[in-house]
Amino acid sequence: MNNMPAIIVLAPLLGAFFSGLAAWIQKPLSYYIALAATAVSSVAAVGVFKQVLTAGTWQYRMAGWAPPMGIELRIDLLNAMVLVLVSGIAFVNLVASVKNVDQEIPDRASSFYVMYQLFVVGLLGVTATGDLFNLYVLIEITSLTSYTMIALGDKDRSPLAALNYIFIGVIGASFYLLGVGYLYITTGSLNMADVAILLKDIQGSTAVLTAFILCILGVWIKMALFPLHVWLPNAYAYAPVGFARVVAPLMTKVMVYVMVRLMVTVFGLEYIFNTLNLADIVVWLGVIAILAGAFMALLQTDLKKMLTYIIVCEIGYMVGGAWLGNSLGMAGAILHILNDALMTFALFLAVGNIIYMRQQVAFSNLQGLFGAMPWTMAGFVLAGLSIIGVPPTCGFFSKWYLVLGAFEAGAYHFAAALIISSLVCAVLFFKVFEICFFEPMAESHGHHGTAAMAEAPVSMLAALGLVSAAIIGAGVYAGTIVNTVILPFLH
Amino acid sequence: MNELLALIVAKYNFWLYIILMMIGLYAMIAKNNLMKKLVGMNIFQTAIILFYVSIGYKHGATLPIIQGGHGTHDAVIHAADYINPLPHVLMLTAIVVSVATFGVAMALCVKIYQRYQTLEEDELRIRLSEK
Repeated sequence: MNNMPAIIVLAPLLGAFFSGLAAWIQKPLSYYIALAATAVSSVAAVGVFKQVLTAGTWQYRMAGWAPPMGIELRIDLLNAMVLVLVSGIAFVNLVASVKNVDQEIPDRASSFYVMYQLFVVGLLGVTATGDLFNLYVLIEITSLTSYTMIALGDKDRSPLAALNYIFIGVIGASFYLLGVGYLYITTGSLNMADVAILLKDIQGSTAVLTAFILCILGVWIKMALFPLHVWLPNAYAYAPVGFARVVAPLMTKVMVYVMVRLMVTVFGLEYIFNTLNLADIVVWLGVIAILAGAFMALLQTDLKKMLTYIIVCEIGYMVGGAWLGNSLGMAGAILHILNDALMTFALFLAVGNIIYMRQQVAFSNLQGLFGAMPWTMAGFVLAGLSIIGVPPTCGFFSKWYLVLGAFEAGAYHFAAALIISSLVCAVLFFKVFEICFFEPMAESHGHHGTAAMAEAPVSMLAALGLVSAAIIGAGVYAGTIVNTVILPFLH
Repeated sequence: MNELLALIVAKYNFWLYIILMMIGLYAMIAKNNLMKKLVGMNIFQTAIILFYVSIGYKHGATLPIIQGGHGTHDAVIHAADYINPLPHVLMLTAIVVSVATFGVAMALCVKIYQRYQTLEEDELRIRLSEK
C-alpha cells in the first residue's frame, strides 16, 4: 500500500467524523470507532517506520501534486519514530481511559472521543507534514482541541486555566505564523526542503534571522520552556485525566520535535551554530528551565501538579541538549523525546488509576497505596526511577548522552544542572513513595491496619504494564535506537 | 531623520502591523476584563493577517487569471504583472483558525461567567482563592 502516510493522519480524522455520527445512534459506538481509528493509524505508522528504515525518506505527495505547488508529507527516520510513538500512545491511552471518562464526564463521553481523535490528527499531522504553513494550521488544530478538552475537566478552575492557555497559545502560534511570513518573503516557498535549499544562499539576511527567532520563540511558547511555561501546570493539572495523560506526554514532545525539525531540516545546523551566536544563551535558558522546574516541583503538594512541573524540567533537558551544538547532545535530546514521552505517560497512567480509585491525588490522600494498588504503584515506581535516571530504565540513557554532549561542548553548567535535577527528582519521588508505603491509612477512610486490595480495572493495568515494559525495552535497546534511527538522521 | 522617515514611509505596512500587534498585546496583558483581553487577542491575530495580505500586493498589478479566455486568444499574464495570490489564500485559513479560537474562547468566557458571575480578573482571583 503506498498511501500509508496519508492513512496515518486520515484514519483518526474520518474516525472523528464517524464517532460524532455514531453518538446519535448509540453512545458506546463512538468509543469503538475511536479505538479502531487510532489502531489503524498506529498499524500504518509502524508500516511506514519499517519502510523508512529500509528505503529511506518517504516523500508522499497529497493527491499526486508535486511540491512546491502541492502539499507533501515528508517522512524520514525522525518523524517516522515520532509517528509510531504518538499513534501508539494515543491508542494505549484510549484503551486505558474509557473507565476514567465514564467516571468523570459520562454525559460528554462521545464528544470527548471526537475531540480526542481530532487532537491526535493534529499531532500526527504536525509530525508528518513537510510544509511550514500546514504545520501552523495543524498546531492550531491540536491547540484548539486541547483548549476544549481542558475545559471539560475540573468544574471550578479548568475554564480559567483553558482561557489562559488560549491567550498564551495564540501568541505562540501567531509568532510562528509571522516567522513563516518572513521566510515566505525571502524564499517564496513554504515547502521545508525547498526553503532549506533556498536559505543556503541568503544566510546573512536579517529577514531570515527575524524569521528564525520568531519561529523558535513561537515553538518555545507552545512547548512551555521555562519563562514561558506559566500556562502549563494549571492547564494540565485541571484537565480530565483521560486527556491529561495524552496531552502531557505528547504535546510538549511534539513541539520539541518541531524545534528539532526547524533546526536540522529548515534552517540547518550550520546556520544556527556558525552564523548565529545564540547557542550559549539557549543552553543557559535550558539550565534555568531544568533547575526552576525541579525546584517548583518540590513545592507542590499535589501529585498531578508535581508531575506537570517535572515536564517543565524535562523540556529544559531537551532544549538545552538540542542547542549544545554537537551530535551527542542532539542525539540525547531526540532520544529524550521518545523516553520522556514513555515515562510521563506511565506516570500519568498511574495517576489516572489512583484517581479512578481515590478521586484525588493530593499528597495527603496517598497513604497506604502500596498495599491497596500494588500493580499500579509498581508501574509508578518504575517510571519514577526512570525520571530519576536509574540505569536499566530508559531515562538513564538519554541523560547519559546529554551529559556526554555537555562535556564535549564544554557546557559544564548544563551537566551540573542535569545531575542536580536528577537528585531533586530522587527527593521528590522518594517523598511520594514514603507517603504511599509507610504512612498508615487515615482513620477517616474507615480501614484499620493494612488496607484491602482495591486495584484499578484490568484494562488500565494492562496499559500501564505495556508502557512499563516499553520503558525497560527502550532502555535496553537505547544503543540500537541511537545507531539505527537518530545518528543516521543527523548525518 | 529624513532617512528614518523615508524608511518608515517605504515600509509603512510593516510599521502598521507592528503597531497593531503591540496594541493587541497591550490589551491582552494590561486589561482586567476577560472580554477585553479577547478583543486584544483578535487584534493581535488580525495584525498578522494584514501583514500577510500586504506582502502579496503590488502597485498597478492585476488579477492572477488568464487574459482573454473563452474563445478569444488566450495569454498567460506575466508573473510580474499580477498580485501574488498565495498569501491571501493562506490567510483564508488563518482567518478560519482565528475565528475558531475566538469562538472557543468566548464559549469559555460564558462558562466562567455562569460559574462566577463575573469576568473581571481580580474578582475571579478572589473567588478562586476562597475555595
